[in-house]
Amino acid sequence: MEQKLARELIQVKNLKKYFPVKEGILQRVKDYVKAVDDVSFVVREGETLGMVGESGCGKTTVGRTMLRLIEPTAGSVIIDDKDVLKLSGQEMKTMRRNMQIIFQDPYASLDPRMPIGDSVMEGLQIHNVGTSKERYEIMLDTLKKVGLEDYHAKRYPHEFSGGQRQRIGIARALALRPKFIVCDEPVSALDVSIQSQVLNILKDLQQEFGLTYLFIAHNLSVVEHISNRVAVMYLGKMVELADRDELFAKPLHPYTRALMSAIPIPDPSLKRERLILKGDVPSPLNPPTGCRFHPRCPIAKSICSQEQPEFREVYPDHWVACWEAK
Amino acid sequence: MTETTPTGDNSLLEATFATRKIGWFEKFVGPENFRILVGLLKTPASIIGLSLILTYVVIGILAPVIAPPVKPNADPYSIPRDGFSSDPKPMGSEWKRNKPPEPFWYKPLTGNDKWVHLFGTSEGQYDIFYYVIWGVRTAFFTGLLVTFATLVIGVIYGSISAYYGGMVDNIMMRLVDVLMILPSLLAALILAAVLTPRIGKSLIPVMTALIAFGWMGYARIIRGDILSVKERDYVLAARVVGVKDSRILFRHIIPNAIFPTLVLASLAIGDVVLAFAALSFLGIGTEVGYADWGQVLSFARNWITALDQYWYIVVWPGLALVFFVMGWNLLGDALRDVLDPRMRGRS
Repeated sequence: MEQKLARELIQVKNLKKYFPVKEGILQRVKDYVKAVDDVSFVVREGETLGMVGESGCGKTTVGRTMLRLIEPTAGSVIIDDKDVLKLSGQEMKTMRRNMQIIFQDPYASLDPRMPIGDSVMEGLQIHNVGTSKERYEIMLDTLKKVGLEDYHAKRYPHEFSGGQRQRIGIARALALRPKFIVCDEPVSALDVSIQSQVLNILKDLQQEFGLTYLFIAHNLSVVEHISNRVAVMYLGKMVELADRDELFAKPLHPYTRALMSAIPIPDPSLKRERLILKGDVPSPLNPPTGCRFHPRCPIAKSICSQEQPEFREVYPDHWVACWEAK
Repeated sequence: MTETTPTGDNSLLEATFATRKIGWFEKFVGPENFRILVGLLKTPASIIGLSLILTYVVIGILAPVIAPPVKPNADPYSIPRDGFSSDPKPMGSEWKRNKPPEPFWYKPLTGNDKWVHLFGTSEGQYDIFYYVIWGVRTAFFTGLLVTFATLVIGVIYGSISAYYGGMVDNIMMRLVDVLMILPSLLAALILAAVLTPRIGKSLIPVMTALIAFGWMGYARIIRGDILSVKERDYVLAARVVGVKDSRILFRHIIPNAIFPTLVLASLAIGDVVLAFAALSFLGIGTEVGYADWGQVLSFARNWITALDQYWYIVVWPGLALVFFVMGWNLLGDALRDVLDPRMRGRS
């Protein structure tokens, strides 16, 4: 496959984010919520890495730590041979041109007191791109790329629909022509009819600008549609990472299998075995010992509750963290 | 991808969904704030409040015409006195000494040639009508300046506290708690009493004291609002783009967080004027003879046992004060109603 040849643009190594739980008037640290616990993966240039998992499994935290919107507890994020997490203020500012984010909620992601053109241009201004006239041109051009017109630039966010706002959010991320964009559930808040429109814009822009996406979502159909590879997270850990087709055809981790069996099939006559998990996701404040999935796992063995399975490459480019996977 | 414009006849649609043109003002203040302002213009209480305040504004501006100073270049805030005797003179008694020129409206309105003490005189023969009219300017001046100063201090303090967070926030806010425990009028009274001998009798010591103990509420409100705005996605988006912290604070956070604080401040003007009058009434503040409602009320203290005779010393300045404060409070009540989220969509 041609992706194999693609350069590894981003390497995430042993990323951890523990949120302290404080107590009392002295704010003594009582415990930690392990939102992201030792996650490693690579993102290749020009690909879309889908990331799925339930609410609270740490997908968003991974995306935000990579952009240093949240400072991680440990680990490294290497982009272009530079460790993003160790950069100084000025170096970080330069680096920010290369990495952007698209948010989930289009109603919260635009400053209500700024015309959207100004929002899109802000990054250009901060990084002193061209003259103010050139910046204006770039802004109009970017708006056009996401299907908006010149006259929209002077309008305020409340004058747009959800889908339009999400496209403005994309334009803002795109204005600096970054290499890498974290898409943090960009279509979850949109109507189904608008979802495909936004997904197609994202795909077109990827082709045109050679963008690399980390696409966070909880909708498996959306992920299947847009991703080249897919990572599955459970309770702060990555449990499986593989090529999209392989993952959907041959899931190895029992959690992934359970997820797959939950995808609705648009054919009422088709019967299939549903794998329904017992219980709820445990609290990340006090995760289970050993494999974090073992209390709900249908094939758990005694070793699963004692030792954490390693995240290993079972097949070429198919990584999984499970004692039973072969 | 281009926007497709709908074709065909849309008139039916337009008739069903009434469309509204959005003017530049609405764009400028934002939809939510615009709703609040429009709501204010529709509430009876706020209309009464606004008209009271407007009336005072007009009186304040026209003060030199309504009650002309004795000499053109004399200090107009120094109330003209008709002699030095201590007994107040009743309403309508004639000016004898130190008579200011009659205003143009006086003769046509009353048919009287002679300029009289319309509201009588206080102890020391200060003209109460002049007190009432010129006191309007003092009330606006002190009210607006003290409110503005407390607002600025509170906003800066609260922003710093919310912005740095953690221990800094904790310490700064505990200090606010401590200051808020003090009864503010008493604290201001003590500070003003300490300052007055050092600075001299003027507006400054009282205003300083009111500012010193008046900013904590704003600090608390703006801190809370900044904390909530700080975590919104558009602030994160600005950070991802690489915008400096200070610019994020001034361009994105404060403009979206300051409105409730501004509302609170506009309500406080009446209270400030009332507190000022209270301190003045207690004898702290301006020199004797300075146009200030609280001061003329304090003159009435000595004649309180014979109010049936000397009622006019209390009633006229008192009414001026009551309506002034009432105007701001009515406006404030209306504002609170309009700001109530449950009212959304009704006005």
